[in-house]
Amino acid sequence: MKEVLFRFLIGGLVISSFALLGDMLRPKSFAGLFGAAPSVALATFGLTIAHQGKLYAATEARSMVLGAAAFCIYAYFVSQVLAASKFAPRW
Amino acid sequence: MKVGLQPSALKGSKFHEHALRFGLGGLITVAAGLIAERFGPVPGGLFLAFPAIFPAAVTLVEKHEKEKKEKAGLQGHTRAREAAALDSLGAALGSIGLLGFAVVMWRYLPNHSPFAALALALTAWLLTAGTLWLIRKQHFLSRSATATPGK
Repeated sequence: MKEVLFRFLIGGLVISSFALLGDMLRPKSFAGLFGAAPSVALATFGLTIAHQGKLYAATEARSMVLGAAAFCIYAYFVSQVLAASKFAPRW
Repeated sequence: MKVGLQPSALKGSKFHEHALRFGLGGLITVAAGLIAERFGPVPGGLFLAFPAIFPAAVTLVEKHEKEKKEKAGLQGHTRAREAAALDSLGAALGSIGLLGFAVVMWRYLPNHSPFAALALALTAWLLTAGTLWLIRKQHFLSRSATATPGK
């Protein structure tokens, strides 16, 4: 339970710090880079390496390559849909 | 437009927006850890590139831009959507940097210190994303110059 709480606090802190930085940066297209900052990975890798070791974390990183490719496709389609249609972003 | 920090941009944001991002960030980090614990590092790793703040960030960019235009007595729908589209395009470039981060961690971590691997991976993300952004900016500027000759 302690570890879950610790993960929650670290994750919240790292992710909202990147979000704050993104809010303050100009121009918008550059600030957008921070929407895809490695925030979850930074919050997670330290704990993973400490508990499961470097090889386990490296295996996670290998899968992360696919996750990042999927993120790229998702963000690109969102930008194209927003630019071409009258939809407002809602989630 | 030059890259810079504009702390006054935070004035438009509200406490509950920051709290929401903190809570979501925390929950996603916990979920990524639990998935890796339950199903192993291969499916768990996919979630390390989860778009944790991207949907909230795009929604907030659109909302703030619209509010700004409405305060000035203008209809801000189109401008707000364009700003959100630009933010999303930036995130698409950033995610290629994220891919670079993951490759460095995958190949470099097993034989080096975790601190060095994390520092190198973070540098790889920043350099890849920043370079792609600069290339896109140059491409956009050269297209604009071609479209308006003599300017």
